[in-house]
Amino acid sequence: MDFLSDHQPDMLPGKRQLPAVQGVIEAPHGTTIVAVTFPGGVVLAGDRRATMGNVIAQRDIEKVFPADEYSAVGIAGTAGLAVEMVKLFQLELEHFEKVEGAQLSLEGKANRLSTMIRSNLGMAMQGLAVVPLFAGFDVDRDRGRIFSYDVTGGRSEEHGFAATGSGSIFARGAMKKLYRDDLNEAEATTLVVQALYDAADDDSATGGPDVARRIYPIVTVITDDGFRRLTDEESSEIARSILARRLEQPDGPRAALL
Amino acid sequence: MSTPFYVSPQQAMADRAEYARKGIARGRSLVVIQYADGIVFVGENPSRALHKFSEIYDRIGFAAAGKYNEYENLRIGGVRYADLRGYTYDRDDVTARGLANVYAQTLGTIFSSAAEKPYEVELVVAEVGDTPEGDQIYRLPHDGSIVDEHGSVAVGGNAELISNYLDQRHQEGMTLAEALKLAVQALSRESNGTQRDIPAERLEVAVLDRTRPQQRKFKRIVGRQLSRLLDADGSATATTDDASDEEPSEEE
Repeated sequence: MDFLSDHQPDMLPGKRQLPAVQGVIEAPHGTTIVAVTFPGGVVLAGDRRATMGNVIAQRDIEKVFPADEYSAVGIAGTAGLAVEMVKLFQLELEHFEKVEGAQLSLEGKANRLSTMIRSNLGMAMQGLAVVPLFAGFDVDRDRGRIFSYDVTGGRSEEHGFAATGSGSIFARGAMKKLYRDDLNEAEATTLVVQALYDAADDDSATGGPDVARRIYPIVTVITDDGFRRLTDEESSEIARSILARRLEQPDGPRAALL
Repeated sequence: MSTPFYVSPQQAMADRAEYARKGIARGRSLVVIQYADGIVFVGENPSRALHKFSEIYDRIGFAAAGKYNEYENLRIGGVRYADLRGYTYDRDDVTARGLANVYAQTLGTIFSSAAEKPYEVELVVAEVGDTPEGDQIYRLPHDGSIVDEHGSVAVGGNAELISNYLDQRHQEGMTLAEALKLAVQALSRESNGTQRDIPAERLEVAVLDRTRPQQRKFKRIVGRQLSRLLDADGSATATTDDASDEEPSEEE
């Protein structure tokens, strides 16, 4: 990135001159991303909807990307800028790894992403914010970790579960009631899809599982084996089983009252 | 004021080439061989920190003999070139041919510039294709020329001897274990006709394996996996990814 800013500064997202605009720019926005840690790894998942104002801009957008072998980024906010930011982030991690012959630490990756979000502050002030969620497996500490961000690049580590995007309030509420710290991988993937279902239930900008078009949430798992994205069959399996249960209980699983 | 001696351009170039060749010959040799599933890089390297081979991009590997600081400089330049190109356009638009051209330009400029000493390096840039026919290997000598190689190539000290040996014995469709053994045999030949033993821990081995599911095909082979491949009889088919998770590879 430093090389890029010396060599071709116009390629960097934060360095562009912004045209003067009146009001809010209409651009596709990504919505809900959720993450959950479990012993041995972390799950990061996102819904598939992008909205532009009150219009659904895209039904099958992909908002969760591998950053490198052991980490992934889920994006909420202005889709175009966020995708570019992720591309640059992936490039930077790979470049560092090749030049130095070693990977950045997970903290180092999280800090780097923080700087990139901060450099986008000017755009964020004009309504083009990017707020990602970063999850990875820390090979030094042997556990999955989640980092959440705000528009100014503020970084905070989340323990257990986290969500970002317009549906995050609802997703967080769902996860709060369902999360346990002894989940296994299958339970954790079910939990994130449940949370996304609840987010889609109450937030119009978040898309639920689309059975007719066979569009299901993107679910990724990062363990010490590295990054793995669940296949369409696997995620449709999870979504369908949740859907079947919700036909009987539309609000999802009940937590104990006391 | 003293008048400088006249040196004919031919003589000046010959001197510079001689200088660079001597520097390269001091370094240990390395070989790059095509096998059925990709391209293997084998060299003798007592250091585990200073690599002779490295990844440039998804399908492109780099090998160098000669002076470490000079080829490291070129390697980082290559990684930058490849990453910038891949980011600007697309990952598919980064090719070994393009990279070899950039290296040739750089080496050629340095070689003929009177202000700088010529680089004492010889490079190999290899790209693995989807099929063995798609593999590309380029050798870049110190003066900035490009040689398109097929099958096998050797650079460094005994390069001529080793490449003759390889040319006679290299076959298409060798397994990784066979190619590796051939490479070690070739490397252990001395110029006086004797053989010496190169223990596994002094070998640096890396592959560009087209069967790897990941986008990035470059992988170092170290530790137990290497000794297993060296021990395997030629008929054993070995993939580079089996049980590789146990090995402390560089990516982890």
